Amino acid sequence: MTLMKQFLGAAATLALTAGVAAADPAIIFDLGGKFDKSFNEAAFSGAERWAKETGGTYKEIEIQDEAQREQAVRRLAESGANPVVMAGFAFADALTKVAPDFPETKFAVIDVDWLDLPNVLQISFAEHEGSYLVGMMAGLASKSGTVGFVGGMDVPLIRRFGCGYAQGVKAVNPDANLVMNMTGTTPAAWNDPVKGAELAKGQKAQGADVIYAAAGGTGIGVLQAAADEGILSIGVDSNQNYLHPGSVLTSMLKRVDNAVFDSFSAGAELETGKVNVMGLANDGVGYAMDENNASLVTADMQAKVDEAAAKIKSGELVVHNYTSDDTCPAATF
Amino acid sequence: MDYATLLQLLDTTIRLATPLLFACLAGLYSERAGIFDIGLEGKMLMAAMASASVAYLTGSVWMGVLAGIGASLILAGIHGIASITFRGNQLISGVALNFVASGITVLVAQRLFGQGGRTPPLEGDARFAPITLPFAEALRDVPILGPLYYEVISGHPFLVYLGFATVPLTWWVLYRTRFGLRLRAVGENPAAVDTAGISVVGLRFAAVAITGVLCGLAGAYMATALQAGFGREMTAGRGYIALAALIFAKWRPVAALWACLLFGFFQALALRPDVVEGVLQFKVPVTFLDALPYVLTVLVLAGFVGKAIPPRAGGEPYVKER
Repeated sequence: MTLMKQFLGAAATLALTAGVAAADPAIIFDLGGKFDKSFNEAAFSGAERWAKETGGTYKEIEIQDEAQREQAVRRLAESGANPVVMAGFAFADALTKVAPDFPETKFAVIDVDWLDLPNVLQISFAEHEGSYLVGMMAGLASKSGTVGFVGGMDVPLIRRFGCGYAQGVKAVNPDANLVMNMTGTTPAAWNDPVKGAELAKGQKAQGADVIYAAAGGTGIGVLQAAADEGILSIGVDSNQNYLHPGSVLTSMLKRVDNAVFDSFSAGAELETGKVNVMGLANDGVGYAMDENNASLVTADMQAKVDEAAAKIKSGELVVHNYTSDDTCPAATF
Repeated sequence: MDYATLLQLLDTTIRLATPLLFACLAGLYSERAGIFDIGLEGKMLMAAMASASVAYLTGSVWMGVLAGIGASLILAGIHGIASITFRGNQLISGVALNFVASGITVLVAQRLFGQGGRTPPLEGDARFAPITLPFAEALRDVPILGPLYYEVISGHPFLVYLGFATVPLTWWVLYRTRFGLRLRAVGENPAAVDTAGISVVGLRFAAVAITGVLCGLAGAYMATALQAGFGREMTAGRGYIALAALIFAKWRPVAALWACLLFGFFQALALRPDVVEGVLQFKVPVTFLDALPYVLTVLVLAGFVGKAIPPRAGGEPYVKER
């Protein structure tokens, strides 16, 4: 009750001081939940950063099952939130239904680039570029010549991660052997650490000594199993190096936080009706270096990876994007 | 498929079969006493959360296991009161408890640790370490059997061995003790047991309590041995697969062991599509392998693989004649 009073009080003060109160932005997290230490947590930290820097407030919903997607988008739009940011490609269908009903509301959706709606900003990341870099690092760090990949749900987006990774591995070691697994074909695949751990152990049995997990909450199990088995792992989306210092080789950063922060900052002036591609060139993706993995990455490795990063930025090196033609030159799915 | 791959598969099978085995035996005690329990899943989940939380807070995995058993016993007690004392519908009580567990575990973990319903990762003594059995290193080089002993049989956490030891123990209790005879009788014909002057209610509560303890061990194994911590819905339907295994095994302890190992083997196979493809020479969808336990159970229920007859008084609350 007191919490409610606080909210009402805060809202009233805001309305009085601001005269015409600007609408609060809102964010919807996907099934992994905002503390998944990965994709959703990156989105959450972007929203929190915005709240801290501007002193503003935002609305949020963590959906619990598939059926809530459309309902959540609609409810936030009805409440007057603007813009409404959705973390996850799975919101595309719900958005297609809801967005035309609220032409005055601006929407932003992350990991989507195929919609055509005037009031929607689509933010897509060049995960294949970031994955290419961590793939190079995996290829350089692997002693056995076999590296692994554990994907979450088997969707084109995750194949894009896997394909970029495979290209990076083959770039430094053309003879490298790749073991690729997907956790499942339903959204439950984003949150099954037990299966992630077993897949990682299976890959180790096939000789893999570096495993890249692009699987949301499932990845926690992969990283844990890699640490238990004494092999290396690669985190995804957020910087996960700190989870198991000395075992996580690096993390493929996907700056979902920046995407959310920028969308929130633009507020009602968000430019919509287009696709923003966040790649290496505009710091949308990258790899993580900190004190937790400093001992694992040699200067030579880092130099090679940075050189490739520069080439990708300048356009000299083009990493094949799986979703552009649904094929991968370096791996089969 | 070479021998090393087979050993690897069997090793995974044992790891994945253990929670099924605990849960399956748990269900066996309850159902043999005439109390259907589809709340195995909820009890495991509750135990997983409690054991991971307490193990993290105290730094001792044993305290965690105790807490897991305690949490599971509380749910078992509620199920018992609802379905034995108040003669409620056992299925509804079980379903309700599953929902309660699904929500309350996340709530408590979030309140305690603020990490989105996840417990912090467990390390050191807060987790079960693998046990290397005697002579495993020495016998490793013995052909065929050496690697089998070293890779598959040795090197599991304590709870795995406890789980396998529970099978003969359950057999002995059910078929060689007075308590077991009465337990089976109360599931078949409670009126006869009552006529003999033995408390039906007491026996059924005892059975439900044993179910609680075994589910607690299943949950604790998942959170402190298989994984290092609790995550939302981490049991992922294993309670239901255990029920399927129980039907597949026709409510018999030794058959339950084989059923759980078989279902565990399917789960292990689903993790290695490359092996399946190598053996069969064609690609099998992973989803098909995931669905196999349920498909087999349906076949058994349909009567294709012998007849599965549940305990006769199962699901019926006992009403004393007046």
